Amino acid sequence: MTFAKTTRRNFMKLAASASGGLLLGFHWAEAAASSPMEAISLDGLATGTIDFNSYLSIAPDGIITIFSPNPELGQNIKTSFPMIVAEELDANWKAVKVLQAPLDVKKFERQVTGGSGAVPHSWERLRKAGATARHMLVEAAAKRWNVPAESLTTDQSTVIHKESGRKFSYGELATEASRVPMPAEVKLKDKKDFKLIGTIVHNVDNLEMITGKPLYGLDFYREGMLYAMIQRPESFGKKVKSVDSAAAKAMPGIVDVVTFKNNVAVVGKSTWQVSKARKALKIAYEIDGTIESTSDHDQLFKDLLDSTDASAITVRRRDGEVDAAFKSAAKVITREYQCPFLSHAPLEPMNFFAHVREDGVELAGPTQTPDLARNEVAKLLGISPYQITLELTRLGGGFGRRLKTDYVLEAAELSSIIKAPVKVIWTREDDLTGGSYRPAVRYRFSAALDANGGLIGYKLRGVGINAGNCTREDNFPSGAVDNLLIESIEHKSPITTGAWRAPITNFLAFAEQAFLDEVAMAAKSDPVKFRMNLLEKAAKAPVGAIKYDIDRMKAVIALATEKSGWGTKKNVSQGFSVYFSHRSYVAQVAEISMKKGKPVLQKIYAAADCGIVVNLSGAYQQVRGGVVDGLGHAMYGQLTFKDGATEQKNFNSYRLIRLKEVPEVDVHFVNNGIDPTGLGEPALPPTGGAVANALFKATGKRLYSQPFSKQEELNASVGEKL
Amino acid sequence: MAQYKLQINGSEHQADVDEDTPLLWVLRDSLHLVGTKFGCGIAQCGACTVHLNGVAVRSCTLPVSAVGINKITTIEGLSVNGDHPVQQAWMEVDVPQCGYCQAGQIMSAAALLNKNPKPTEDQISSAMNGNICRCGTYHRIREAVVLASTKIK
Repeated sequence: MTFAKTTRRNFMKLAASASGGLLLGFHWAEAAASSPMEAISLDGLATGTIDFNSYLSIAPDGIITIFSPNPELGQNIKTSFPMIVAEELDANWKAVKVLQAPLDVKKFERQVTGGSGAVPHSWERLRKAGATARHMLVEAAAKRWNVPAESLTTDQSTVIHKESGRKFSYGELATEASRVPMPAEVKLKDKKDFKLIGTIVHNVDNLEMITGKPLYGLDFYREGMLYAMIQRPESFGKKVKSVDSAAAKAMPGIVDVVTFKNNVAVVGKSTWQVSKARKALKIAYEIDGTIESTSDHDQLFKDLLDSTDASAITVRRRDGEVDAAFKSAAKVITREYQCPFLSHAPLEPMNFFAHVREDGVELAGPTQTPDLARNEVAKLLGISPYQITLELTRLGGGFGRRLKTDYVLEAAELSSIIKAPVKVIWTREDDLTGGSYRPAVRYRFSAALDANGGLIGYKLRGVGINAGNCTREDNFPSGAVDNLLIESIEHKSPITTGAWRAPITNFLAFAEQAFLDEVAMAAKSDPVKFRMNLLEKAAKAPVGAIKYDIDRMKAVIALATEKSGWGTKKNVSQGFSVYFSHRSYVAQVAEISMKKGKPVLQKIYAAADCGIVVNLSGAYQQVRGGVVDGLGHAMYGQLTFKDGATEQKNFNSYRLIRLKEVPEVDVHFVNNGIDPTGLGEPALPPTGGAVANALFKATGKRLYSQPFSKQEELNASVGEKL
Repeated sequence: MAQYKLQINGSEHQADVDEDTPLLWVLRDSLHLVGTKFGCGIAQCGACTVHLNGVAVRSCTLPVSAVGINKITTIEGLSVNGDHPVQQAWMEVDVPQCGYCQAGQIMSAAALLNKNPKPTEDQISSAMNGNICRCGTYHRIREAVVLASTKIK
């Protein structure tokens, strides 16, 4: 179906007449009329024409269609967003159909998957969307029965007049309800009355996924489209000098070979043919920047950690008199921690479809930032974003890789050159050699203890490769220490880096929590009690700004220690970690037991406070999956460089965690009733620290670098089993 | 280029492709059966798992010329309505997150249960260890395989 431009004033009327159902559009800030409208098609909507500025429609047959605007990459947003709308609507969930909304940030505002921000950002909008529709349905029923709206209740897509026992289904009321003026303000439910939110609701796309339906970007197909693979420079710091494509061009199925920027694109009629022809390219490269190896970075980190060059150092936070505190200390502990580069390695390799025509551009594929991608393509091609449509496919994982737009721009540029519809496909090797990575970082922590074991000084310097600010200067224990200095130094490199799930904190949390464990030991304090004492201090005598919620952090600590029986178990070594990131709090306890002299990781307890849990099934798995992700990368993840090129090219050398390696993970949520604060990332950061701290208890060995599996300390004691 | 007649999901399909073309790309590009996924291309991740005469194989490294008259089953052909016991178990346990690996996981699990309807925990671990789930749904995968084994008569 195709929809014409309409305005807010007439759209309710139009919607009602055209579809015979209630269509609701919500643009809370401004009326929708101000936003440009594109002709779009919405397959799967059964009820007729609908304006796309809407979160929901109700058809006369009672089917409620709810649009989910954000990219879905496994965070389960396509199920949890509609649940929030359906809750306030009092919809019968079994009659709810969910569709991916088209890209339109004027209507849906933030159509981004990143920063664990979707539910926190949209919580109120989605609730209002449901509540407003409910209000209009109730008003319509009140008018029909000539009774006060206050005398009516709703449940399971039905308006009920209790006094008379009369009922109307939402479907019956939809057309009349669409003529009720939209209220300026609407009352939201009391949270204690939630029926759907907080329950177990299964993924709305399960059936499509388990039957292999074409949901993903790599599955996207357009009649007549071509396939392309791009050879990118063999090393970071090099550029294309010359290309001999004669042999490749002569191969079967090859349509063209084109070079743009530092890309040599082989275009053809099938994936296999272009992948074979690409191997026949003869490309010469020349140096275009520094050629770096991991051994260079190791040396660089040492130099930068000792640097006194004030122009290179960024002071992120300074409280009190740090030098004096360290001079007066009874004990000073200094430790360093280092992490390697990582690939995001979403299981669906990078890909995007583009068709640049004279009259407009069609894009389709997996992206966490569709609006950014569209705007950047518009800029690249010198056209208006409104000449571009972008179809959001399901994402086979993202982990931050698909926040970047490099792979979208490439596809658009290639299509504009060859003047044909084309899908650019990356192999796994392409993303592991010419992609974008979690930056490598090294930290130096120092703690000053007084004679009573009190933490009187704290210093952190982080140095990273294209890591920006590799500290989180306002995170715990900032605010709990009188004298504190947090600094960072960034080394600029040709190696492309980017946000990787729980940016920076995915490693910083391990370093910080492992360090605090050691400091607690030095202070002869239980590691949990040590942190609790610091939180008490932050509450009673805060130093500088406190940007985390002390009570929420204490509550997850209490829950994790309670559920794990912290300190009460025999024959098991427990390690503790707690971290605040992306507005949420997660504490973890890892348990290791010794079997035949080897430590075996048995179980990880996770206690999370993400505010109200929207979908218990999705949230539980989000935490458990985050723990598995944190564990897998702490244990095995490593991307190293030799002469500017990565040394791991595929999953035979770039190791991801597998089923056999996963311990039991037990998840608990703090039930505090506050509005949701995000859950896509916060469960990942604490895992490495909990495991390392448990390993110390079990073996007396400390780990200072990731991946753990490559550390002599671990291998000396663990062997293959952990 | 050569013509291949392939027995896929109970019917014959023709493809005109180079003889070294992996079955994966014949399924995806030539026959538009895209439920079988590309993840690594070197038989390391299991996303491309299909059945060859009921046995799990990695289609990304299986040349079409080697398929012959052997019967191929893809996720699209595992059941008509998505109600194979393994698929039912996947639904009941709510396994998928991003879902990209799950067709391969299901094909590996179905092949295991074909051969061994009551696998031990270790047998499940061994059979499923070749399938990577980047989201980390391993607990639910394990749970669903156990559940599926109770559904198979």
